[in-house]
Amino acid sequence: MADVVVEQGRLVRSARPRKAASLRNVLGRKSTVAFFLTLPLILLIVLLVLYPAFYSLYLATLNKAMTKFVGLGNFTFLFKRETFWMVVKQSCIFAITAVFFKALIGFIVAHFVHNIPGKKQRKWRGMLLVPWVIPPAMSTLAWLWLFDPSYSAFNYTLSFFGVGPIPWLGDTFWARFSVILVNVWYGAPFFLIMYLAALKSVPDQLYEAAAIDGANWWQRIWFITLPMMRNIIAITTLFSLIVTFANFDIVRILTSGGPLDRTHLFATWAFQVGIQSSDIPLGACVSLFMVPILAVAAVFILRDVNKRGNEA
Amino acid sequence: MSRKTLTRRQFVAATAMSSTALIAAPYVRGAYAAGKLSIGFWDHWVPNANDASTALVKEWADKEKVEVSIDYITSNNKKIELTAAAEAQAKSGHDILQMPSWWPHAYSENLEPLNDVMEPLIKQNGEVNGTVKYLGQSGGKWLAVPATPGSQIKGPCSRIDLMKKHAGIDVQEMYPAGSPPKADNWTMETFLKAAEACQKAGFPFGIGLGETTDSVDTAGAIFQSFGAELVNAKGDVTVKTDEVRQALEFYKKLIAVLPADAPSWDDASNNKWLISGRGAMILNPPSAWAVAKRDAPQVAEQCWTHGFPAGPKGRFAPFLPYFWGVWSFGKNKEAAKSLLVHLSSPAAIAKFVEASGGYDLPAYANMTTLKTWAEVGPPKGTLYHYPNPYNHQTLSIAASPAPPKIAQQIYFQATLTKMALRFAQGEKLDTALAWAEGECEGFMRT
Repeated sequence: MADVVVEQGRLVRSARPRKAASLRNVLGRKSTVAFFLTLPLILLIVLLVLYPAFYSLYLATLNKAMTKFVGLGNFTFLFKRETFWMVVKQSCIFAITAVFFKALIGFIVAHFVHNIPGKKQRKWRGMLLVPWVIPPAMSTLAWLWLFDPSYSAFNYTLSFFGVGPIPWLGDTFWARFSVILVNVWYGAPFFLIMYLAALKSVPDQLYEAAAIDGANWWQRIWFITLPMMRNIIAITTLFSLIVTFANFDIVRILTSGGPLDRTHLFATWAFQVGIQSSDIPLGACVSLFMVPILAVAAVFILRDVNKRGNEA
Repeated sequence: MSRKTLTRRQFVAATAMSSTALIAAPYVRGAYAAGKLSIGFWDHWVPNANDASTALVKEWADKEKVEVSIDYITSNNKKIELTAAAEAQAKSGHDILQMPSWWPHAYSENLEPLNDVMEPLIKQNGEVNGTVKYLGQSGGKWLAVPATPGSQIKGPCSRIDLMKKHAGIDVQEMYPAGSPPKADNWTMETFLKAAEACQKAGFPFGIGLGETTDSVDTAGAIFQSFGAELVNAKGDVTVKTDEVRQALEFYKKLIAVLPADAPSWDDASNNKWLISGRGAMILNPPSAWAVAKRDAPQVAEQCWTHGFPAGPKGRFAPFLPYFWGVWSFGKNKEAAKSLLVHLSSPAAIAKFVEASGGYDLPAYANMTTLKTWAEVGPPKGTLYHYPNPYNHQTLSIAASPAPPKIAQQIYFQATLTKMALRFAQGEKLDTALAWAEGECEGFMRT
C-alpha cells in the first residue's frame, strides 16, 4: 500500500498513519491505561452505587402507592414523626459511642501489640483480627445465642456470682448496650490494624529525642504519637462512622429494632417501613437522611486532614 | 471440481415444495408444548414437606405438557417479601409467587384477578373464612388464592400436666379429640388466672411482647376479643375507646406474669420456651410440638393444641394464611391458573396437610376434618382442634378490620404490643393511647 498519494499534482500525506500514531499515543499514555484499568470498577460503581442512589432519590419523591410525584412531601411527613426523631437520636448515640470505643480499644490494643516482639506479634495480630474477618451476620448469631432470653450463656455464668438474670435484649438500656458491644467487638480490630500500621511508621528517633528531653510516657503519646497518627485517626474515624451509621445486620439480628423501637437505626427502620410495611418511598427517605449527616461529618473530618496535609 | 448452478426455475420449485411441506405437515406436540411456568414457593420448614409441592406440580406439568421450574424461597429474614418487592418493581419474575398474608393487598395493582379460579374452588371446597376474604379480596376481586402450605392458626399449645396441676384446667376435657369443645368457661378471665397460677409455680406462659408476628398475632386476638380496634373498617382512628382501654388493662395484668425478657422475644423464643419445659403454654401453630417430638419427646407427649379463650366480644384466634399470587405481567397466566386449581383440589390439600404433619391449614370450610389432624400424636388427637373443626372461634388477623394497607402497617410496626408494653412499663394510659393515635394517623398515608 502506498503511504503517499499524488493528488492533482501535489503531494498529499495519508491521514491513516497519523491517526494510528495518535491513537497509539493516546493508548500509550499512562492516564489512558489507568482509566481503562479502573473502567470495570467505575462501571460497577455506576451500576451498583450511583444508579441505586439516584433511583432511591427518585423513589423518595413518590407517594406511598408510587403513582404520584410528591416532591419533598415524604421528608416533611417524616419530620413530624416522633419515631423518626427517636431513630435519628439513636443512630447518633449508636454510631458515636461505638466509634469512640472502637477507636479507644483499637488504640490501646495497638500499643500492646506494637510492643510484642516480632514473631509473637504476628500471631497476636492474626488472632485479634478474627472478629473482623468473620462475616458479621454469622458472628452476630453467636452473640444472639449468648444473649438468648431463655438460654443466655452470659446469664448462666453470672448466676454463679449471684448476679442476674439480665434481660440483655429485653430492656431498653441493656438492648442498646448489647448492640453497641457487638459492634465494638466487630469493628475494633479494624482500628487496631490501622493504628498499628500508623505506630510502625512513627520514627524511633522522635521517641529517643523525647526520652533524652525527659518526656514521660503520657507526654510521648500526647506530643509524638497522637500528632503523628492524626491523619490516620481522622480517616479511620470517618470511615468507621459511615459504616457504623449505616449498620443493619447487627441490630436486625439481635433486636430487630426493639424493644419499643429503642434500638432502631436508619437502615433497620428504613427496612421496616419500606419493605415490611410496603412503603418503599418512605423507606427510601429514611435511608437518604443518612447522607446529609454523613456529608457534614465527612466535610469536617476531611477538611482537617487536607489542612494538615498542606502544612506538611 | 464441478459446480452445479441453481437455475431460477429450480429455486422457485424448491421453495414452493418446502413451503407446502411445512404448511401441510401435521402439528407435532412437543414435550413442553404448553410453554414454561416459573414458580416461587415458600420454603417449608418441615423436612420433606416441599416434596409434596414438587410432586403435585410435576403431576400437573406432565399432564399439561408445561415446563416448570420451582424456587423454594425461605421466609427467614423476609426473603419472600424482598422477592415480591423486587419482582413487583421490576415487573418481571416468577409467574406464580407464594406470598404472606398482607402481600396480595400490598401488590394488588400488580396481581392478576383470580375470580375465575376462586369461585369454582369455593363451590368445590366450601366457603373461606372472613380473614381470607379480608386479605385476599379487594373490591370483589380475588387478588390471590389461599395456599395450604404455610397457612396456620396460632392458638394455645398447652402442657396437659402443668395446666392440670397448677391451674386446675384439664385441656383435653375442654377440647376433647373427636368431639366438640366444652369450653364455655375458657374465657380471658380464666386464662389470666391460669397464667398467674402457672407463673407462681415457675412455669409462666410463653407469650412474646416483641415486634415479630407471634407477639403481634397474640395481641391482635386479645384486642379483638375485647372489641378493641385501633382503626375501624372505614379507616377512622378509634384508639381512644373504652374497648381499647379494657384490652390494655387486661394486657397489663398479663404482662406482669410473663417472662421478664418477653419484650425481646422473636418467633423462635416461644418455641424454645415450650420445648425447654419452662412454660405451661405458648400461642403458636404446632411447630413447637413437632420439634419437641424430635428433641424433647417427654414434653411433646404432654402438649395439646386447642382454642383461644373468649373475651367480652367473642372468641378470636389468629389466622395467618399464605397466598399464591399470579403476577399480571406473568408470561403464562392461563397455565398458572390451571396449576392453582390443581394445587387447591381436595386430594392436593390432603397431601399438603399430611406432608407437613398437620401444620398446614387449608382455608376452606369443608377441609378442616382431614384424618391427619385426628391421627397425629403423641398424644393422639393433640391437633384435632387445631384447624377449628367446629368453627368454635372466629379466625382473625391483628389490626383487622382496618383497611388492609393501613392494617399492614399497624401489624408490622407492632403498634399493639408496643402500646401494651408502654402502658405495662409505667407509661400513663392516656400517654400510651396518644402515642398509638399518632402512629395510626401516620399510617393513613396513601
